[in-house]
This record gives sequence, C-alpha cells and structure tokens, in this order.
Amino acid sequence: MNTSVQPPASRGPAASRDPSASRGTRVLKSSNPRESGAWLDTIGAWLLGLIWILPLLYALWAAVHPPAYATRFDLFAPWTLDNFTRAWEAAPFPRYYLNTFMLVTMVLVAQLILSTMAGYAFARLEFRGREFLFLLVLLQLMVMPDVLIVENYRTMSWLGVRDTVFAIALPYFASAFGIFLLRQTFKTIPRELEEAARVEGASALQILLKVYVPLGKPTYIAYGLVSVSYHWNNFLWPLIITNSVEARPLTVGLQVFSSTDQGIDWSVITAATLLSAAPLLVAFLLFQRQFVQSFLRAGIR
Amino acid sequence: MNRTLNTVYAWLLLLPAMVLLVAFTHYPALATLWHSFFSTPKGRRPAVFVGLENYQAMLQDPVFWRALINNLWFALGTVPVAVGIALLMALWVNRGLAGRGFLRLSYFTPTILPMVAVANIWLFFYTPQYGLLAQILQFLGLPGPNWLGTKETALPALMIVSVWKEAGFFMIFYLAALQGVSPSLREAAMLEGASRWQYFRRVLWPLLMPTTLFVLINALINAFRLIDHVVVMTHGGPDNASTLLLFYIYQIGFSFWDTAYAATLTVVLLVVLGIIAAIKFRWLDKRTHYQ
Repeated sequence: MNTSVQPPASRGPAASRDPSASRGTRVLKSSNPRESGAWLDTIGAWLLGLIWILPLLYALWAAVHPPAYATRFDLFAPWTLDNFTRAWEAAPFPRYYLNTFMLVTMVLVAQLILSTMAGYAFARLEFRGREFLFLLVLLQLMVMPDVLIVENYRTMSWLGVRDTVFAIALPYFASAFGIFLLRQTFKTIPRELEEAARVEGASALQILLKVYVPLGKPTYIAYGLVSVSYHWNNFLWPLIITNSVEARPLTVGLQVFSSTDQGIDWSVITAATLLSAAPLLVAFLLFQRQFVQSFLRAGIR
Repeated sequence: MNRTLNTVYAWLLLLPAMVLLVAFTHYPALATLWHSFFSTPKGRRPAVFVGLENYQAMLQDPVFWRALINNLWFALGTVPVAVGIALLMALWVNRGLAGRGFLRLSYFTPTILPMVAVANIWLFFYTPQYGLLAQILQFLGLPGPNWLGTKETALPALMIVSVWKEAGFFMIFYLAALQGVSPSLREAAMLEGASRWQYFRRVLWPLLMPTTLFVLINALINAFRLIDHVVVMTHGGPDNASTLLLFYIYQIGFSFWDTAYAATLTVVLLVVLGIIAAIKFRWLDKRTHYQ
C-alpha cells in the first residue's frame, strides 16, 4: 500500500495531527458553490463515474443471470443465484475464506503488537542507535518484501514452513509503515499524561497500554483497515509460497479456479470473483467514509 | 530512568520488529546481491562463484531487455495518466456536482477490490468476438482486434487496467489537499478576472505540487511492484510483449527455478527502486521533517 511520507506543505485538514472525527469527515464535503459551466463538468464526471463502475456492474450482471445472458444484455433476463451455488461447490471456497481470514487476522495482530512496541520506542525513548535503527525501518518503505520473492522463498524453505498460512503472513509481521504511523501518533500525545501515570505508580507496560494505546485508536483503525484490505487482496507472494488448498487464500484460490477449472464460463467466474471480494466490498459500502478516511490517514503520513 | 536502562528497554521493545524486518527485508536484499555472483545449484552440484557471468548473460538476454523496456513504457504510460485522472476526479468530487456520493463511490471502489478479481472481469472485456469491447465495436461496425493476443495492444490493455485500479486511490490525496486550499484564494482570483483555467494553472496547480510529487513517487513504485494483472491476463505474452520486470523474475525463479539468474534480475529491480528512492529523497523529503 501507500507507504511514503507526505511533505507538510500539502497537509490539508485531513492530514492534521488532530484525530478528532469532526475534522476527519469534513474532508469529503465541498466548499465550492455551483457555478456556470457546471453541467459540462457534471456530464464528464458522470461519464467517468460510469466507466469506472462498469466492471463491477458487469460482474453483478453476469453473476445474477443464467450463463446464456452472460454476454447478452437483455432487460428481461431472468434472475438466478445459481452461479454462486455452482462456484461455491466447484471450488473449496469455505476453506479459502478460512485461510484468508486467518491470514489477515494473523498479520494484523502481529503488526499491531510489533508496531506499537517499536513505535513507542522511537517516539518516546532516548537511546543509542535510534537514528540508525529508524533509518533501517524507513528503508522497508522503498524495498518491500513483495519484490524479494526469491530470497524469502529460500528462507521459508529453510524454516520448513512453506505452503502454510503462517509463511504467507510472516514477512509482513514487521511493518515499517505501521511503525512509522504509530510513532507519529504517539509523538502527538502530551508527555504530561505519561508523567501523571508514572506518578500514580503505573509500570512502563501499563503506561503503554493504558495511556498510549487508547489515545492512538483512530490510527489503529485506519491502519487496520488498510492492512486488512492489502492482505485480503495480496496475490503474488501467496501464489508463490502456497500450493495446496489448505494454505491458499481467496485470491490464489480464485486464480486457480478461474484459470484451470472453468474454461470460459463467465457467469461462474464472475460469481466467484464477487464472492472473493464480497466481505471487503460490503464493508466498504457500509463504512465508505471510514474507509476513505483510513486510506487517506494511512497514506498521507 | 537513566540512559543505559532506557537503551535496554528501547532495544527490548524494538527487538521483535527489528529481527523480522532484517530477516525479510535487509537480509534478502543483501542475499540477492550475494547470490547473483553464484551459479544456480543443480542436483548434487552446489553453487559456485561465477563473478559477473550472470550479469553478462543478462545483458545478452533479449527477454530481460524486453521486460525492462516494457516496464519503463508501462510506468511512462500509467503514471502520468493515473495521476492526471486522479486530479480530475478530485476537482470534480470537490466541486459538489450532482450525485457526488455516487461519483466518489465509483471512483474509489477499484481501490479496495482485489486486482486478481478485477483482472478476471477485464479479461472478459478484452475477449475477442463476444467480450464487451468487441460487442461495442461490432455494434459500431468496427473491427475488434484480439486485444490481449496482439503484440501491439497487450501492454496498453494492461496499462488501462492499472490506471483504472489506481486513479481513485490517488484521488483522495488530491481531495485532502484541495480541502486545504482557502476559498478566499479563489475569490481573489475571480475578482482579478482570472478564468477558471488561469486559476487552476496559476493558483491550484502550484499549491498541489507537493501532493503531485508524492502521488507520482507512489505510482512509480507501484508500476514496478504490481504484476497481479500480468499473471491473470497475459502471462507476459504474446511473445513477451507484455512481460514486466517482476513478472520475469517470477517466471525465471519459479517456473524455470534458475534462482541465481532470478537474483541477478532482482538486483536490477532493487536498483530501479533505489533510483526512485533517491528521487524521492531529493525532491520530497528535503522539506519533510521527521519530528
């Protein structure tokens, strides 16, 4: 996903350090009144909007109509859910769902714990080697595990964990992006809160869990959504490291399914495609603003 | 806390993250370089040091050059277009046109869909004879080529999918930046009699420059990093016309199992990413403070 650092000059209200919700939602509201020539823009914007949504609309069309109508567009075509049933039965989708669910959960939990610890250390502790270690972390923003497939495959073979969900997840446990985000967030929390907690006798661990983690909630949500979306959709590394149904996530399962089993039955393929994207898509439709905000917050830091 | 204790505490907190970070980023990057100087072990024959032999072979490998040139074209073709469309989308969504909710939804939706899934749908669009594009062209009485099966059109067809997938994501950064532009600037420009184009060119565009650079860098990285659609739609064909660098690495490494040569190719990809990083630090981070 997006992992760079935004220069301060372009920081709009959304990029502000203030994590309050009111600021967050304002981003998507317009400030400009309508004016002359707007109709031309409206037509252009709608044309682009329709082109952009077309692939999804087509997938919906093909998935809910009998195969005979997959490439024939008739307003009175009969409706059916048959394609979903057929797709569901033709490939081990329940298993793929389970694998993807385990994958995103495993990655997210590990990332949140490791990033919290590291982010706190970089944000609040003075220690020897801090600048150097932080530079090492930032390097991962440019050279991500996604391109180091050959060596990481070798490492997984050496560890003997090839073809497991754990092997898909492991290279992503330490996330430079998460560390960076949480470091920035923790830096904005007043030191006085930490001092107060210490006076009251809180231990170092308690300070982290009771002071910093609750106040970082908006960042955790934003990072969580981006991380889940990314790993739900990730494809190349899982394709390489898995070769059995027991380990394959949805994306790889979908590819195996549509490239080998199906020939050109578009109805079943589009149904499977929608099945694999459905949880994210539904979540996105329900929490649209939260998603956009999260991608923005996560990308812009 | 005294300084020594602090250092111990900090290193303990950092230990798990740093170990994994080094194990799956720094170590493999260095190991790639190391292995590029060795031969691929075969059967009982272990890897032997071959110096620059892999690099010499690479320079004489027409497919490598094809992949590199394709990738440069791919970046050149997708990055400016995706960024341009993203800006246009943001300007439109920000203006409060009728149906803004729908527009934002439709622009942004491709971002959260898996590339593998949408590549399957686009595959149908490009299918000859009964694909959507072919049907539209037939309706207009035009001949429809085999988009993904023809050398000239395979790469551009993939580029369109990339632009479609990424533009909405970049849009939100422009949207955020546009929200930061004070409305009084617009009023002042209008009072001075500036046209909409002049306002955009002289006021908005310079103000959006940092966002544009930021988005450009990210688009550039993605152009060298994302190959899901190549795997699904063309597999690099026909005749390597749509192969990209990372896809070629994937093929060499996991279809031909020539790990040494794959490592050599990866070094080239790392160099490309390094150049992008250098551009980023030169242009962008001069003004960014990691406070």
